[in-house]
Amino acid sequence: MKIIIVGAGKVGETLAADLSREGNDITVIDKVDSVVDHVCGRYDIMGFTGNGASYSVLMDADIEHADLMIAVTGEDELNLLCCLIARKAGHCQTIARVRNPEYNREVSFIKEELGLALIINQEFTSAQEIARLLRFPTAIEIDTFAKGRAELLHFRIPGDSVLDGLRLIDLHSRLDCNVLVCTLERENMMIIPQGDTILRGGDVISIVAPVEEQVKFFNRIGLKTNAVKNVMIIGGGEIAFYLTKLLLHSGIQVKIIEKELSRCEELAELLPRATIIHGDGSDKTLLEEEGIRSAEGFVSLTGIDEENIVLSLYAKALGVRKIVTKVDRIAFEEVFDRLNLDTMVSPKRITAEHILQYVRAMKNSYGSNVETLHRMLDDQAEALEFLIRDNFAHAEIPLKDLSLKKGVLVACINRKGKIILPRGNDVIRPGDTVVIITSLKGLNDISDIFQK
Amino acid sequence: MNFAMIFRILGWMLLFEALFMSPSVVVGAVYREGDVIWLLVSILVCAAAAILFVLVSRPKERRIYAREGVVICALVWFLYSIFGALPFRLSGYIPNMFDAVFETASGFTTTGASILTDVEALPHWLLFWRSFTHWVGGMGILVFVMAIVPLAAGGSAMFLMKAESPGPSVKKMVPKASQTAGILYKMYLVITVIELVLLLIGRMPWFDAFCLTFGTAGTGGFGVLNSSVGSYTTYQQVVITIFMILFGTNFSAYYLIMLRKPKDIFGISEVRAYYGVILISIILITVNILPMYANIGTAIKDAAFQVGSIITTTGYSTTDFDLWPSFSKWILVLLMFCGACAGSTGGGIKVSRIQVAVKTIAKELDNAIHPNNIRKIKYDGKTLEHSVLRGINVFLVSYFLVMGASILLISIDNFDLETNFTAVVATLNNIGPGLAGVGPVRNYSGYSTFSTCVLIFDMIAGRLEILPVLVLFSVHTWRDGDMLTYQKRASKSRMEEESRFLDDFDI
Repeated sequence: MKIIIVGAGKVGETLAADLSREGNDITVIDKVDSVVDHVCGRYDIMGFTGNGASYSVLMDADIEHADLMIAVTGEDELNLLCCLIARKAGHCQTIARVRNPEYNREVSFIKEELGLALIINQEFTSAQEIARLLRFPTAIEIDTFAKGRAELLHFRIPGDSVLDGLRLIDLHSRLDCNVLVCTLERENMMIIPQGDTILRGGDVISIVAPVEEQVKFFNRIGLKTNAVKNVMIIGGGEIAFYLTKLLLHSGIQVKIIEKELSRCEELAELLPRATIIHGDGSDKTLLEEEGIRSAEGFVSLTGIDEENIVLSLYAKALGVRKIVTKVDRIAFEEVFDRLNLDTMVSPKRITAEHILQYVRAMKNSYGSNVETLHRMLDDQAEALEFLIRDNFAHAEIPLKDLSLKKGVLVACINRKGKIILPRGNDVIRPGDTVVIITSLKGLNDISDIFQK
Repeated sequence: MNFAMIFRILGWMLLFEALFMSPSVVVGAVYREGDVIWLLVSILVCAAAAILFVLVSRPKERRIYAREGVVICALVWFLYSIFGALPFRLSGYIPNMFDAVFETASGFTTTGASILTDVEALPHWLLFWRSFTHWVGGMGILVFVMAIVPLAAGGSAMFLMKAESPGPSVKKMVPKASQTAGILYKMYLVITVIELVLLLIGRMPWFDAFCLTFGTAGTGGFGVLNSSVGSYTTYQQVVITIFMILFGTNFSAYYLIMLRKPKDIFGISEVRAYYGVILISIILITVNILPMYANIGTAIKDAAFQVGSIITTTGYSTTDFDLWPSFSKWILVLLMFCGACAGSTGGGIKVSRIQVAVKTIAKELDNAIHPNNIRKIKYDGKTLEHSVLRGINVFLVSYFLVMGASILLISIDNFDLETNFTAVVATLNNIGPGLAGVGPVRNYSGYSTFSTCVLIFDMIAGRLEILPVLVLFSVHTWRDGDMLTYQKRASKSRMEEESRFLDDFDI
């Protein structure tokens, strides 16, 4: 694929490095000549100096023949403008990084109206990642798809679980949980389960479920999620804000320690259910006072890597169960690993990986009507995302009345940014995107999933 | 310094040299020349050395950096000249090894200077190999190989290409270095074939057509006759004139044609200046030499041929321009310095560098009058970065220093100043013939072995644009910095110390 990356900062550079290694043709645009020289000298890519939102610069970079443009400069507005102009000048897909929370609420509007393929909010994505780490133990693996909005949780059913011997059709009534079992792996065979499939202990299954249902589900089936009940967050930046929202949503108590009074007030207003403490997070007495010893989770999110590391080391020494440390400078990863801190997250790395995942999915689906394609479970299953067009023959028909092929499952319907877990009475409408999980290969169009 | 990787790449390159020699075997077979056996021996030696190089090297780290890139590039050119000289030396047609290396270096660097007094005495296969080196060297050896095999991992490839491509700043045409190299060679091949066909249409013998096309394409200048191009028909001379000038044009112009934007070609100011200089030189020389000619047509033809030949640094001749008036001769000497466009197969200082240098002078003049004046130098509508300007200035200074030193060294042989001066200018700029003692109808056989070595150095330094070759002579290139060696020595104890330090954290 021909990909143009605007902005060669940390995220841009990571993307350029990984994507060019995967054989794509990469062109980088940045305002600063020395930055362009730097990345071009390191990777097999081409560079242009200039404003990525300028038509002539984009034409120089051959936007007409590009398949994708990724705008990851430091400015939201510039990124959006880049995408807008790229859309008009070429015929490429566009991805923009937009971090301002004010825009975040309007993401789906902006996306639809400006025709963007993906808008990525670095802080929000990082918060999602951290929340996932806090919510689940490592026994549960998580795959995200549909541009990060839906997540598939894989786990092995414990031998003594209530799921053992349960027919799928009875799952809902027995557990009173809104979950959908998507794939089932038994003795190295992958099947797409049907209503009459019987689950057994030892099976590896993957499910989709709304966030608030997930923990409940795992508790009911007797899988210890090891989930924390309260979390202390140091530093009240954007990530902390999003993270708190997500954690409160799944029933975890949050305490934020923030240095700046005005920000504290702001947070208190935005997050009435969280405890906001005004104080220096690196003050040991304050941490003790606020009960760091009884905290089950500890997240250090200040702007200084060193401070985050020291705070986490302290929390570790006190025996806090789950610790997440934010580190921006990931180049020294080997050293950090030896510090034995549970988990390090780097927002930039997460952003880059998120985009990479999307680009790979896009590349897989190249030339078909599939929006994105994710390969899962050692390529035994695929998650395909289709956009439903106006001429869709099966629109407005309840799913239970449609006859799907064997080995095909409608995992979720995304209606204007809202994820619906489909049940028998749900319908598919034009404009939706639908995620299909299948063990069949070569599905190229949404009509391929129906029996002829 | 990643020596293992350097050896490995050099090995690969030698294998390709063996491959480059193979077409000449066919020529030897066609003309039933028995001594072509020496070429086969050379190929075997080359291949054996290549395999040895590759086997010896066991690179732990596949990445190379700017330092290795420059060193590899310079070494490859010297190595190619030495191994490429084997057929000349082994077959006995050039008994002196240094002379043989001179001839080959002259071929690969597309200089076209020769120590042979009687070219026609050489067998066909050897003449073919001699001309073929021009074609290979014209667009670049590393560029060719890079289009075919991935020599180095990732971005490292660009370090190799940068050192070999002529011009102040190397820009890729497409994102991947290998594809860029591929596009360059595709254009090169297409134009070469067109010239070949046109010469064949003009009833030139097959063998001559091939050799002269190679010489023109690489802007080299080896002929197959003692009279260079003088004894061919007017049509053939005109074709060669046109193609010499075309091969001296910036190849990004042809890329614009590939992109179907031919109108943009004259938007490249270097191309405009290049054709402008050619036109003015032809007119001035024609007027100057007119009294020597019976009709104006022949005068224009000879003037155009000589201007085209010298500015593109090809070095073919249709007439002994050493007999021309002083004014015309000096114009030709100036053109030798000027050289062709950046990103072409020609040598010399390059038109774009001269353009920028002139602009720099204008800016400095302005600064002398208005000391606080801020002015940026623009080229093709873009402001030039300081690093590019610095590169051009340093190039010019080192260029003239190398030139001065070379003249000093070869003047030990006690030839006249004009001979020595033009000999160095003609080799450093990859032209071939100079004036007086090294004029178009003479050759370089008079120089001593020592001077021959100096001139070999000049040719390769000129082809790689001085700095990559000078880097070979810098101590710092070969020695890992003091700090690094210290680290190596201290690394073990330091690692232990570090792990002890980290263990303390492991509460």
